[in-house]
Amino acid sequence: MPNIPQLPVSSWIDKLVDWLASFEGFFNGVTNFIGGIINGFQWVFDLLPIWLFMILVVGGTYWLNRKTKHWGLIAFEIVGLLYIWNQGFWRDMTQTLTLVLTSSLIALVIGVPLGIWMGKSKVFETINKPVLDFMQTMPAFVYLIPAVAFFGIGMVPGVIASVIFAMPPTIRMTDLGIRQVPADLIEAADSYGSTSWQKLFKVQLPLAKSTLMAGVNQSMMLSLSMVVIASMIGAMGLGNKVYFAVGRNDAGGGFAAGLAIVILAIILDRITQAINRSKIPKS
Amino acid sequence: MTAKLQVRHLTKIFGRRIARAEELIKAGRTKAEILKSAGATVGVSDANFEVNDGEIFVIMGLSGSGKSTMIRMINRLIEPTSGEILIDGKNLTSLNKKELLNVRRNKMSMVFQNFALFPNRTIIENTAYGLEIKGVDKDERHQKAHEALELVGLHGYDNQYPTQLSGGMQQRVGLARALANNSEILLMDEAFSALDPLNRKDMQDELLDLQENLHKTIVFISHDLNEALRIGDRIMIMKDGVIVQTGTPEEILTQPADDYVEKFIEDVDRTKVLTAANVMIRPSYVNIDKDGPRIAMRRMVENEISSLYVVNSKREFVGVVDASHVMGLIKKKERQLNSVIQTNVPTTAPDTPITEIMDKISSTPIPYAVIDDQNHLLGIIIRGAVLGAISGNEVNEDA
Ligand SMILES: Nc1ncnc2c1ncn2[C@@H]1O[C@H](COP(=O)(O)OP(=O)(O)OP(=O)(O)O)[C@@H](O)[C@H]1O
Ligand SMILES: [Mg+2]
Repeated sequence: MPNIPQLPVSSWIDKLVDWLASFEGFFNGVTNFIGGIINGFQWVFDLLPIWLFMILVVGGTYWLNRKTKHWGLIAFEIVGLLYIWNQGFWRDMTQTLTLVLTSSLIALVIGVPLGIWMGKSKVFETINKPVLDFMQTMPAFVYLIPAVAFFGIGMVPGVIASVIFAMPPTIRMTDLGIRQVPADLIEAADSYGSTSWQKLFKVQLPLAKSTLMAGVNQSMMLSLSMVVIASMIGAMGLGNKVYFAVGRNDAGGGFAAGLAIVILAIILDRITQAINRSKIPKS
Repeated sequence: MTAKLQVRHLTKIFGRRIARAEELIKAGRTKAEILKSAGATVGVSDANFEVNDGEIFVIMGLSGSGKSTMIRMINRLIEPTSGEILIDGKNLTSLNKKELLNVRRNKMSMVFQNFALFPNRTIIENTAYGLEIKGVDKDERHQKAHEALELVGLHGYDNQYPTQLSGGMQQRVGLARALANNSEILLMDEAFSALDPLNRKDMQDELLDLQENLHKTIVFISHDLNEALRIGDRIMIMKDGVIVQTGTPEEILTQPADDYVEKFIEDVDRTKVLTAANVMIRPSYVNIDKDGPRIAMRRMVENEISSLYVVNSKREFVGVVDASHVMGLIKKKERQLNSVIQTNVPTTAPDTPITEIMDKISSTPIPYAVIDDQNHLLGIIIRGAVLGAISGNEVNEDA
């Protein structure tokens, strides 16, 4: 097709990025804000002695599963954390944890309201669905470029890229959870004269909670999958170790760090699932 | 009798071409024709009726006849297309959002077919929902909710979750939730349809009992004519969104407005649903531990009867005495009835269906005694009452 001129998609996007970059003040503000959250988490993790951190994780797991007593999981956590410490990855692990927690937190704070809005408005849902598909299917690498342009190098652009990539499940599952609330419960709430807010907080959100939390769990796992990619733009942590190992063709070192990521993933996954477990007895 | 609720020219059309559908209604087209030519579904078409203060008003009709649409327009869960709804003379259709919330909070409460209890809330929290929404503080609302639960006979389940209760109990909670709100109007959409027959009957009894003290105005949807006849002060029958007939149970049974209504009442074989308790009447009796022949005679004369039931001080059933025998005792100046008591009296339990004892009732000279499982005399069944009940006049409405 020699006659049809190529659409200048890339130059449009470049122009858009340039234009956005002119809001320097705004992006600096965002950078500082996210940087603050990151520093806060990191400060706490640096302050915690390793033994106390382990006690908190194991104790927390025990308490969350106090009915079922997952001894296997607790043993796994102890061995896994000892392994990370033994390999000298402790600080890298806490950095990765910081990245994951920060992105999940932001994904939660932005994603849940968007999900609620989608759950309540057919129009917004129709508009947003393709956007979410786009966010999730666009190769995650691509987000790195504008992230660097707006937020520089380091943890903050890593968090931003993770949030964009990892937020869709939170939004989708919140939307789904809200829509799944049975129609007669909505009618009941309405018939007793609930305002929209009362209905949201007393009926819809509590009933959407477990679906919503499944979304948060997925977001967390997705942001963990971003840590290696994020390390390419200077995010510190286990991802960085893997990334360097790739560069040096160091299979052993890469695997050792990769294993630490897997351990962290499993612990995070099980803990969030346990938080989510319903307290209401099944019939 | 004053009208609590008035519905005037109330219409609901689902779909897009509403104006066109309304024209077609005016032109007298049927629901099916309107759906075909305008693509709009008529939910309710030009409904007019009044519900009196303190009555149980039952709406009946086949599936899709517009019952749910009608009841949901009353609290505006469904917005009417046109027409008016007046409560205590005040028009609901013109209320703004805030006023509507107030009406829903204070004037009417709804009970749902599938209970619609919030699974994440305990029984007491479910029951207190309406009060919580109104901002009543926790102690007070739990107190009131607790009272409402007691009222429907649920003790000790306050901190359970709905899934832990049986269907019948869940619907008691649904009813308690409505009662806790203390609103004057109850809207009940097939509230008992999801229950098994025994539970359903219990709930009907429960509702009638409560109604005796509470005097709510109740709009009750049912697709079960027996239920409607049992609990309804008046019954309204709908077909394809149109009201076909409104009247007392008696009127519906004796003067069905058209074939549709007639079909409806054909299904009722009254003998199937009547139990001994429905047809029993209050017996005249003497207490054997206290009363002698003279008292017995006096009772018989007073009530113009020739035989009398005998119980003891615990109200346990003992037997029957006959006027001629009692006369004999009086002549002999006896003070005790014991020697003349006949004990071979036929007895039956209150929940025995009439069909089972019908033949025997008509062949025994002495009326059946209805006794409960502790041998207490509850009532007696006389032939005339059974015939009356079968032909449509229940003797004992509150049994
Ligand atoms: N939201 C809606 N959108 C479109 N049509 C509706 C809607 N709700 C009800 N209808 C239609 O309105 C008519 C009356 O429905 P409605 O639910 O009031 O019937 P019903 O008498 O309560 O029936 P059932 O005994 O099955 O509960 C039906 O033809 C139904 O298809
Ligand atoms: Mg219905």
